[in-house]
Amino acid sequence: MSQVTHKSRTLIAAIGDEDTITGLLLAGIGDVDAHQRANFLVVDSKTTQEQIEEAFTSFSKRKDIAIILINQHIAEDIRGVLDEYKAAFPTVLEIPSKDHPYDPLKDSVLKRVQLLFGE
Amino acid sequence: MSGARDNVFPTRMNLTVTKTRLKGAQTGHSLLKRKSEALTTRFRVIVRKIEDAKLKMGKVMQNASFSLAEVAYITGDISYQVRESAKSATFKVGAKQENVSGVMLPAFESQVQASGSQFELTGLGRGGQQIQKTRAVYIKAVEMLVELASLQTAFVILDEVIKLTNRRVNAIEYVIIPRIENTISYINSELDELDREEFYRLKKIQGKKKERAANAQRELERKAAEMPVVADDNDNDDEHGAAGSSDTPNILSEQNDSDIIF
Repeated sequence: MSQVTHKSRTLIAAIGDEDTITGLLLAGIGDVDAHQRANFLVVDSKTTQEQIEEAFTSFSKRKDIAIILINQHIAEDIRGVLDEYKAAFPTVLEIPSKDHPYDPLKDSVLKRVQLLFGE
Repeated sequence: MSGARDNVFPTRMNLTVTKTRLKGAQTGHSLLKRKSEALTTRFRVIVRKIEDAKLKMGKVMQNASFSLAEVAYITGDISYQVRESAKSATFKVGAKQENVSGVMLPAFESQVQASGSQFELTGLGRGGQQIQKTRAVYIKAVEMLVELASLQTAFVILDEVIKLTNRRVNAIEYVIIPRIENTISYINSELDELDREEFYRLKKIQGKKKERAANAQRELERKAAEMPVVADDNDNDDEHGAAGSSDTPNILSEQNDSDIIF
């Protein structure tokens, strides 16, 4: 188990629909670094699944991101990738959106809990 | 011997050494088991907290989006402006380590840099107050999300640690302790067998000694009985007869001693 301090992880990334991203950006989490990489992705009807997967993978590989927020209905689209994701950092948090209230049954993390206590 | 055992020489010293190892393994096993139980209790507490927090988060996010909808109603769509003016994050998180029953768990804390300069121009002149209000609501929401994320990271890491500890407990219980017990019984049986062999050898030698002693005694008695017969040849025929009553020829009486000249 690595005991590396994660002092360099400071950013909150977000993958969500327009309203969610707007709200989160209003709170101040938005960041565009020197390489023009943003830490957020707006998903609309034109975004393909590969784009979402790619954004998620690149966020999870970055060393300066501590938390990834993702709307639950978008998480459903990349459920396969999410279920495979087992790292502790960055943490993946599924949040509800305006049109899709939170459903605990679909959450990847909670599903792992069920595995432990479902017996 | 059924089952695996360590390859050691079956000596008494190795027996004590192995017994000490068994003691050590048993202590380690009970300690690890206790650690695993403590962590699992902690784990359950966190899981419940997470479940509650997630439900609360659902409501908080709902409120926040209502607030945003109000802004859109009053000000119009600000999303483009907001997206363009997002340059460097004012809401960051700091990580600190907490020690929870022997496990270093990270915790996130929200760090809001109150620069506020990012969105000063947004909605200026049109419903700027509403935007500020929405901004505050969303900041509160994200702070809650950060707490949740902390809980979730703790959850994931604890999960790993618990699995690891349980694996070790099982390994000790089902692999290491049986091995050591097999080694101990092997050494004991070998030592017993050596003892038995010693005992048997001793008994055999004692028996042989006794036999030799008995034979020697008989020889002596025979010689003693024949001696006076050789000296007084004709006299004590009875004794001679008694001494030489065996069918073997009595060489002492039959021949004269011949000179030993080769």
